[in-house]
Amino acid sequence: MASIRKSAESAATGERQRAMGLLAKASRAELQAAFDALGDKPAAQPVRGPETGLVMVRGRIGGGGAPFNLGEATVTRASVRLEDGTVGHGQALGTDSAKARLTAIFDALFQQPARRAGVEALLDVVAARIADEDAEKARQTAATRVDFFTMVRGED
Amino acid sequence: MYVAVKGGEAAISNAHRLLADRRRGDRSLPAIGIEQIVAQLGLAVDRVMAEASLYDRSLAALAVRQARGDMIEAIFILRAYRTTLPRFGYSKPVETGDMRVERRVSATYKDLPGGQLLGPTFDYTHRLLDPSLLTDEAVEAPLEREEAGEPVMRVSDILAGEGLVEDDGSLPDGHVAGDLTREPLEFPMARDLRLQALARGDEGFLLALGYSTQRGYARTHPFVGEVRIGEVEVELDMPELGFSVSLGRIQVTECQMIAQFKGSAKNPPQFTRGYGLVFGQSERKAMAMSLVDRALRAEEFGEDIVAPAQDEEFVISHSDNVQATGFVEHLKLPHYVDFQAELDLVRRMRREYEAAQNIDLPEAAE
Repeated sequence: MASIRKSAESAATGERQRAMGLLAKASRAELQAAFDALGDKPAAQPVRGPETGLVMVRGRIGGGGAPFNLGEATVTRASVRLEDGTVGHGQALGTDSAKARLTAIFDALFQQPARRAGVEALLDVVAARIADEDAEKARQTAATRVDFFTMVRGED
Repeated sequence: MYVAVKGGEAAISNAHRLLADRRRGDRSLPAIGIEQIVAQLGLAVDRVMAEASLYDRSLAALAVRQARGDMIEAIFILRAYRTTLPRFGYSKPVETGDMRVERRVSATYKDLPGGQLLGPTFDYTHRLLDPSLLTDEAVEAPLEREEAGEPVMRVSDILAGEGLVEDDGSLPDGHVAGDLTREPLEFPMARDLRLQALARGDEGFLLALGYSTQRGYARTHPFVGEVRIGEVEVELDMPELGFSVSLGRIQVTECQMIAQFKGSAKNPPQFTRGYGLVFGQSERKAMAMSLVDRALRAEEFGEDIVAPAQDEEFVISHSDNVQATGFVEHLKLPHYVDFQAELDLVRRMRREYEAAQNIDLPEAAE
């Protein structure tokens, strides 16, 4: 029983993790368009931020060894509370406060079963855009792959 | 007696107004925008991010514009800005093995999983000035090819299969990665802290040191195992949620330098490694960093320390160009009192010297 609850929890965690990761990669325009399209706009009270700070990005020695501190990156985050008490967190690289706030609102909506589908629609748009961009870049890179051929030597 | 003096407020204010005018330049030309700098001077932006040790393309471009293209000034401005921000935390280590590769070349293996991917490189260009860039001629879209879908395998993993190369680089259990933005530098230092210092080190300084190792000042017989450029995911643990969250992607350049090692009493003959990891597309810097990283491991391998590139205190103390420019450039600030004291001293010594010459003269005449 406990293990069933635990796996259900970790599945929910995994879904929210995926949603937050996509929201972080969403453009402000995508978030704003999705927000504008919402039928009933949620009333969101700020809990924290938006605030900009730094995350120290770590690498690994040799690519896979012990961690070391590579350098910092700007990160902007915000937390909001909806009327029913649901708290949402938004955080992404960069200094865009409006994006962080919108991200937090969508994270909160994602946790509400009744409104999750609307957020999923936004996530689909973001995921499709990223997949397209990645695939295009990969095809462009593939065109620069070296095809070696062996020169024919000698006469025979 | 020193009498405090003031002055120069008006001159300073007018100088800064003049600076703003010269920065803007000819008003009949359009002003350059931040997006244009990010898009069209991207490698300058990347260098500023790397050496300021702050990943943010827009802010780095702003710094480049504000500094009129003076890279070290731009790095200085961005470094100063970062001190105004709170620290949210430390990311999970980025996984360069999972990189979305846009360039990867290996000098050690011709045919390797993932292939030789040239990407947007200056290599094999003729380095001839291109008159077509004098005007805004249309640029062709890049060609595309279906990708093989083959993972871009790390060269170090290929070599590791044979056991002929050392591991990625471990530190003792319980070692916490040092952070030079939090504690003062102390020598000797562990390799993790050295890599942090090198990652933000001056490209020119590291390039010269790397070059010196090739010319015989700490010879290491290096090969580029691989250089790869691409995007990696940055993930942050969220204590309030109990899981980690992706914050987005950053572009990095990684260099795995492979060096010959004949072995010692402790270690069998094998290849050793130097590592370079830099923000943005910064291949020259990543390569120089990996050469210097390897040279600085001399003591670890029982090699004689005979060259500047092997001297940890020398290299790390002088690799930061913000510190270096601060100390060199401070020499132009008023030193009126110091100099007055030295002038008095030299005058007195000169009088004593001349007095001694005068006494000696009659004797010499005899």
